[in-house]
Amino acid sequence: MKPDHSKAPAIEAFNLTKVYGHGNTEVVAMNDVSLCVKQSEVVALLGPSGAGKSTLLTAVGLINPPTSGRIVIGGVPVLDADRPLVDLRSFRRKHLGFVFQKANLIPFLTAAENVQIAMEINDVTPRDAHRRTMELLDYLGVSDRANNLPDALSGGQQQRVAVARALANHPSLVLADEPTAALDSHRGRQVMELFRKVAHEQGAGVIVVTHDQRALDIFDRIFEMEDGRLRLGLTVAGGQPAPRGIRDTPE
Amino acid sequence: MNLATKDIGHNLGRFALTVVGIGLLLMLVMGMGGIYRGLIAEATLLIDTIGADLWVVQGSTRGPFAEISRVPANLEDRIRAVPGVAGARRFVSHTVQREHHGRSLRMVVQGLAWPEDHGEWIPLVVGRALGQAHYEMIADRSLRLPLGEQIELGKDVYEIVGITKGMVGSGGDGLAFFTVSDAQAIQFNVPGEATRLERAARRSRAEGQDIGQVQPLLLERADGPTRGLPVLAPPQVSAVLVTLQPGADAAKIAATLAGWPDITVYTTQQQIDLLLSGMVDKSRRQIGLFRVLLVIISTIIMALTIYTLTLDKVHDIALLKLIGARNTVIVGLILQEALIIGTLGYGLAWWLGQFAFPKFPRLVVIETSDLLWLAGIVLGISVLASLLGIWEAMRVEPNKVLS
Repeated sequence: MKPDHSKAPAIEAFNLTKVYGHGNTEVVAMNDVSLCVKQSEVVALLGPSGAGKSTLLTAVGLINPPTSGRIVIGGVPVLDADRPLVDLRSFRRKHLGFVFQKANLIPFLTAAENVQIAMEINDVTPRDAHRRTMELLDYLGVSDRANNLPDALSGGQQQRVAVARALANHPSLVLADEPTAALDSHRGRQVMELFRKVAHEQGAGVIVVTHDQRALDIFDRIFEMEDGRLRLGLTVAGGQPAPRGIRDTPE
Repeated sequence: MNLATKDIGHNLGRFALTVVGIGLLLMLVMGMGGIYRGLIAEATLLIDTIGADLWVVQGSTRGPFAEISRVPANLEDRIRAVPGVAGARRFVSHTVQREHHGRSLRMVVQGLAWPEDHGEWIPLVVGRALGQAHYEMIADRSLRLPLGEQIELGKDVYEIVGITKGMVGSGGDGLAFFTVSDAQAIQFNVPGEATRLERAARRSRAEGQDIGQVQPLLLERADGPTRGLPVLAPPQVSAVLVTLQPGADAAKIAATLAGWPDITVYTTQQQIDLLLSGMVDKSRRQIGLFRVLLVIISTIIMALTIYTLTLDKVHDIALLKLIGARNTVIVGLILQEALIIGTLGYGLAWWLGQFAFPKFPRLVVIETSDLLWLAGIVLGISVLASLLGIWEAMRVEPNKVLS
């Protein structure tokens, strides 16, 4: 099933709960979390370590299914608790983009090939894939490093290539897990601004897990997570602080 | 985009070393097969070259290539009288090991039935066939005896008049061709003192008999040369080689000869089969087992190599899964790398073999059928070896990227 990019939110998550272990060893990593991110919206996910940010990100990224709850991406129901409603790997390939703390580029592929491979595994012809790769690298300002292997790129350049790879298949949702943690403040801010740019220009919803307090003004909305629960923090992009403690579930 | 070639290009040194290791192992597997083929070729070379239709050997024995065979030299005359027989010649074969210029010289002495057989059928690389009844020999190059060299064997000195190449016996020793009488002289040579003692013993035994006492002339004959005693048989030969007339029925003639109780008859093919099922068979089985072991070792080493290469790529495989790569992409990456290593290793083995095998002390024969068989084996072990890596890759979870 193809997501409807024109109307539906980028993602809707309903009452997600993730429980690890059982009995005495039971740990609730995510507790009744609901979330809605619209297209072209960039949201930040803050919180201390162990708060459940990565659990939420891997759940909505269809990597680590929740114990209960429901996930709808681009209007397509994809998970009902841990029961997949679509081929998750195929759905990830076509509709999701990932960026991590480390760029996680494949070391034996050049910058361009790292982007191109994401399209080729999605059955895009090599010619079209190469054309879009060069467009993306140019868009992200690293086209001059297209033929370099990752270890010849700076951290910021690697992260830009990772962003290009995440955008390769026109995803409806981009998930970024502390993408600026390995970068200095200047480059970190550049990458955050990049997310805002691609969200607004390419129409994808973007969720960024971050500890970086210096670039919060970039985000449309900020969520905070603590002890597995999610709450809305600030709305800063429009300059108006959001009232704290309001319910963070989708409307 | 071919991920396998990209990965190989990025880790070229490591892949090259792996290919060299696998290539050397496969060269051993290839060489073992070639040594086996060489054993057969060397063992059957003489039988194939000598061109006899039937081999007549001592009764109830398997012939000179399997055990000691002794038949009287005049058997050839009896055989010539059989209808359909074109010719018969004596055959003498035995191995000697002597010292020559301070080195050990081991050779298979072959007797040619002079004057009928001068050795014209022997493939010479230099020199000529035998030109006289005594004191000439044809030697294989492996004996390292140059043309014109003189060598003392027994009481006589023989001159090398012809050189062959690759004419060796089933044990790998070079063949040396003499006339039958020279071959027998070498075989039955005893020191002068032993001859004197034997003659004295004969006289003593004759003196102990009544006939010796009443016929004093017998006593004088008893301590004379052996050839002067009609009661003693002349030296025997190993076999008689029979050549049939064109169109003659070999089975019928063999059946006729088989009716003689003092001999056994074999066709050339039977003689080859006896040779191969005897001493060569054990070598064949030993080499075969060693070959199987090498194939198993190659498989294990390839599997461990591919597995290690896969472990090195666990993070990349997790990433590929995370971004949605199908399993076929990941399986293809591992399988192609295994096949590339196997193919390059096989090619390297073949290439190295071209230089190494001719330098082996014994003949190594690489046949196309063996190369195809090994190619199939390499394909099989490449697939088998990749299974361990594929199994590991399939277990990798996409969220491993996050760790």
